[in-house]
Amino acid sequence: MVIGKKLLRFIFVVLAVTAVTFLMVNILPGDVSYIIGGETATSEDIQNIRRDLGLDRHIVVRYVAWMGRVVRGDLGKSYLSREPVLDAILRRLPVTLELLIISQLLALLLALPAGIFSAYRSNSLVDRLVSIGGFATISIPSFVMALVTIYLFSIKLRWLPATGYTPFFEGPWANIKSFVLPALSIALIEWVVLMRVLRSDMITTLQQNYILMAKAKGLPPWKILIGHALRPSSFTLITVFGIQIGRLLGEAVIVETIFALPGIGRLLINAIYARDYLMVQACVLLITLGYVTINSVVDLLYAILDPRIRTEASNAG
Amino acid sequence: MIAAGRKKPLLSVQNVHAFLSTPRGSIRAVDGISFTLERGITLGLVGESGCGKSMLARTLMGLLPQATVVGHDATIEFRGQNLLKLPAKKLRRIIGKDMAMVFQDPMTSLNPVVKVGHQITEVLIHHLRIDKQTARERVLTLLEEVGIPMPNRRFEQYPHQLSGGLRQRVAIAIALACEPQLLIADEPTTALDVTVQAEILDLLKRLQEEKQMAMILITHDLGVVAGRTHETAVMYAGKIVEQAPTSKLFANVCMPYTRALLDAIPRLTDPPHTELRAIEGQPPDLSENVPGCRFAPRCQWVKSRCRTEEPLLRGFGNPQHQFACWYPFAGS
Amino acid sequence: MPANATSTARLGVIFWLAALWLSVVLISAATAGWWSVPPFDRMDWNNLSALPGTSNSGTVLQNTDELKKNEYIYWLGTDTMGRDIVSRLIHGARISLAVGLCSPLIGFFLGGLLGCLAGYFRGRFESLIVAAMDIILAFPGLVLLLVITFYLGPNLKNLVMTLGFLTIPAFSRVARAKTLALADQEFVQAARLTGAGNLTILVREIIPNIIIPLAIYGLIAVAFMIMVEGALSFLGLGVPAPTPSWGGMIAEGREVLDEAPHVSMIPAGVMFLTVLSFNLLGDSLRNFAERRTSQL
Repeated sequence: MVIGKKLLRFIFVVLAVTAVTFLMVNILPGDVSYIIGGETATSEDIQNIRRDLGLDRHIVVRYVAWMGRVVRGDLGKSYLSREPVLDAILRRLPVTLELLIISQLLALLLALPAGIFSAYRSNSLVDRLVSIGGFATISIPSFVMALVTIYLFSIKLRWLPATGYTPFFEGPWANIKSFVLPALSIALIEWVVLMRVLRSDMITTLQQNYILMAKAKGLPPWKILIGHALRPSSFTLITVFGIQIGRLLGEAVIVETIFALPGIGRLLINAIYARDYLMVQACVLLITLGYVTINSVVDLLYAILDPRIRTEASNAG
Repeated sequence: MIAAGRKKPLLSVQNVHAFLSTPRGSIRAVDGISFTLERGITLGLVGESGCGKSMLARTLMGLLPQATVVGHDATIEFRGQNLLKLPAKKLRRIIGKDMAMVFQDPMTSLNPVVKVGHQITEVLIHHLRIDKQTARERVLTLLEEVGIPMPNRRFEQYPHQLSGGLRQRVAIAIALACEPQLLIADEPTTALDVTVQAEILDLLKRLQEEKQMAMILITHDLGVVAGRTHETAVMYAGKIVEQAPTSKLFANVCMPYTRALLDAIPRLTDPPHTELRAIEGQPPDLSENVPGCRFAPRCQWVKSRCRTEEPLLRGFGNPQHQFACWYPFAGS
Repeated sequence: MPANATSTARLGVIFWLAALWLSVVLISAATAGWWSVPPFDRMDWNNLSALPGTSNSGTVLQNTDELKKNEYIYWLGTDTMGRDIVSRLIHGARISLAVGLCSPLIGFFLGGLLGCLAGYFRGRFESLIVAAMDIILAFPGLVLLLVITFYLGPNLKNLVMTLGFLTIPAFSRVARAKTLALADQEFVQAARLTGAGNLTILVREIIPNIIIPLAIYGLIAVAFMIMVEGALSFLGLGVPAPTPSWGGMIAEGREVLDEAPHVSMIPAGVMFLTVLSFNLLGDSLRNFAERRTSQL
């Protein structure tokens, strides 16, 4: 069955990802034991630390041991804060997720009308302006976009704060406000891909006979666009939407740093600076696994969403 | 025009042209068509592929592709209103409600990702402004009327779960939802199995009689119109070349093209392995404007006048039998 | 696609504008040492965050010789430490272009080769390559980049190598897709029938035909690399000080964003125009190439 094959591939990729992550963090130079030991450590101290951390064993053995702990949910302790890594990550995870979801939704909000209208009136002035605008915005890196939004909305217009984060339960409105600029920085770039995909699919859809039929029913253009043209054109859109969320996990790093949001991205950067290798390992692992999982889920959803594929098995037609 | 006279006809088409713009230039898909249609009458429109009959249907419904020009002194009068002069919004109140169309291929004319029931209820909800529940009940009745068994089940299904014949019945249900006065059926059976074709045609005839709709039945097969239409018009190269009450047409063919069409119908009484009497040659290129009769290059009985002067549609007798030919076959 | 998708098979105005800008950037970067601008690390404490067009004439000594020798105009202003922005832009361009142009080269050659071979030989070899590429792609690029460059040390060489490595999967995909399409076509079958070996076919038929699409993709990759380098420098994880870089300049200007936005925005604008130009170049060429084939 197709699902079985996809599952197998997912597991394979996951295992490979864990191996690569482990290797990457552990064979790169910058021995953490020297950092823990500090400047006054003797070589004997270093040896002791290494033994404590298990660094003196063979790398494959360490990998297996680590995997064993991971599966049990023990990702180790951050040597910086002495806090279990898993706890630190779980605390920060909701922030990053909120950022990603809000930014993708914003991007969708921008992309939907632009894509639908561009397809409906393709090659018109508006269509060309939209595509020029889109082309220009994807040439803007996210950190520049972040600064532009800060300058515009925070400094010039004074509508929103530039940094600062309020947890949801302390004040929902303030919480949302702290996400607007970061999400906007991401959304203002991400909408282009979504718009292009939607436009392309919709142009194809609008050439179909059933759109002519819908017109023959006397339905107005907006009802035809949304009721008949949108759904068949959204498969690629949904796929890309899902994949983007995964990809953004990496990009969130920059945005979180600029806007001082306590998410996983910022955790990772700080851990890298501090050579907190367990934290780095765990963060990279989680981010990558998240990315892989989302992609696989989207892949699966695609197959489920298309009613033609769904009912093929259950109905002889 | 049967029983012409007292009332204004339901549909009056005068001097309609349709110039399609293509990369190769302008094509005269419809080249000066005029006819009228009364309530309760079925008009059969027959012609080869590419003769413009589908374009004519789309012109009547206002469904032409964007860069199409309709002749400036053309009129399409439907219930007293000239559809060509109506703003789009007003036209949309008529299309799908008082005037409806059934397309050729139900697999492509039904939206594959929308449930069958919804595709019918949306017409009712939009035009008649009734609520979902009422619409649903009405649709279930409709589905029964068009001969779909287990309407409850079919309501929730998607088009690909229905057979070709059932899909076309759904398309007919969509067209009839708001009880239109005019139904245009564009080759409704061409994409269906032969066994199903007769069923659908009979269904259309029955519905037409019950509701006393005017109907335009478009087909490339002259055999389809026999016994199913009151009047028949034969189209060639964007023009009507012969038009008469159906029985009269079959009895006294005037125009050679119609004769050729008739001859081309395979007969059960023919001995086996009889060659099909297909019409030689190809339909003309509609982007060019050649003098003379458009059928001349393929006509068996062509004379010199045919190539230089174009014959106009003229009629004789009562009820009128019209034809466009310099040398028609001897009539009544 | 942009409005310049011309209906004739010509490269439009926009293509030439983009090419012009890029030439300006490239040439200034290459000739950095010869410009008569102040050194990029000369700090002028009297003209911090000065606006474009400010001259430093009011601040030199009264001695007339000294006056004439040291007077100049900060054409684009100065940054937070009084350093000339034009000068820093030119030197920063060297970093951006070095990374932007060299990294995709790695992907172009290695990725292109791997993808081409995978698409040509098929079978297990192909599955292996595709799986490996999938794994690399499974990692969100930036994360990988951060970890590797920080641990290996943020110098130019490491940056280029790591980024180059990360572009390999994308190039291999393009190469593989194009090779798959080509291998089916008739002229390859014909070549095989005349007894040509695999190597010959690859070198004479396949590779020449995939180079152009790969190169066009490469331009888009260059644009992306410049943005990535910018992001890294912005975070302080790129090439270290005192070498100026566009990203670093943007980061430095952040603290005066409210009073002197030009300190961040001018380098941002330059980066934007450069990235845009590469994107436009790639897009125009792609339209041009596709138009040519469809006229056959």
